[in-house]
Amino acid sequence: MKKFIPFATFCVISLALYTGLSLSPGNIPSELINDPIPEFSLPIVGGESLGFSSIDLEVEEEVIIINFFASWCAPCYVEHPFLMELKNQGYKIYGISYKDKARDTNRFIKEQGNPYYKIAADEDGRVAINFGVYGVPETYVIQEGIIRYKHAGPIHEMDFEDKFLPIIKRMGE
Amino acid sequence: MKFFLSFTLFIIITFAAYAVGVDEKQLADPASEIRAQEIMKQLRCLVCQNQSIVDSDAPLAKDLREIVRERITAGDTDEEVLFFMTKRYGDWVLLKPPFDRTTIILWLSPLLLLLIGFFVIYRNQSQRKFLAVSSPLNKDEEKRLRALLDERADD
Repeated sequence: MKKFIPFATFCVISLALYTGLSLSPGNIPSELINDPIPEFSLPIVGGESLGFSSIDLEVEEEVIIINFFASWCAPCYVEHPFLMELKNQGYKIYGISYKDKARDTNRFIKEQGNPYYKIAADEDGRVAINFGVYGVPETYVIQEGIIRYKHAGPIHEMDFEDKFLPIIKRMGE
Repeated sequence: MKFFLSFTLFIIITFAAYAVGVDEKQLADPASEIRAQEIMKQLRCLVCQNQSIVDSDAPLAKDLREIVRERITAGDTDEEVLFFMTKRYGDWVLLKPPFDRTTIILWLSPLLLLLIGFFVIYRNQSQRKFLAVSSPLNKDEEKRLRALLDERADD
């Protein structure tokens, strides 16, 4: 018994540290999972007319993806080819350019290709804050206006297979 | 003179510690501004995670400071402003976690450890008391003791 107590304490502390330290501080759990998307209405890049609004997303019956991006964000360049692939697989991606100049967004799209179904500009970043965005890129999986999954940082193919696909599959049922 | 100069310099430098949110417009009403600053001190910057949004230069922190001031101007209570933030960013945005079901271990663990400490001390203490109680010497032991003492007296 005397020897067992220090050993048990050691085990408990190791276990706590193992789980605690393997959490990534960059992954802040989203509050908005299974909540409706915040109301918004954003203009097109470099214009006044409507890009898209929350209503456009609510009427979508299939699974859609919202991607916050910016031309000044390096990981967005890393992620871009995979977004192109998702587009080719038939996913409908709505792009929101976050705190970016219209000219830079347009150049980014022209140089990197356009994976987006529609693009809107969130120049002051307020819509992003309502979504709980704390950095770009950030990606949301949405069905009928309900947020089902949020991914912070660039999507790698493995992330998509491990994290997105199971959720998308479940939603299809 | 030298003292005066260095003293002035010292005062100027220490004022930098009070420079808070200078990058944006503060609220005209000083009382509201103080309230806004108090709220900002409680909010974690999500980009540089161990700073409050008051201390952070990150653009997102600046936006959040702006929002805090806007909400205060709009007449929100402190709780309503904090709720606005936790609704979007979760309890994580609060530098001081709230006391609820998920954080009960966090809040009570110091007390728990203290109690465990007391228990350990109590147990050790009672064991020591047991050891310290001496039984009177029996006949043999008394004889040996006498012999040893006599031996010393002979030296």
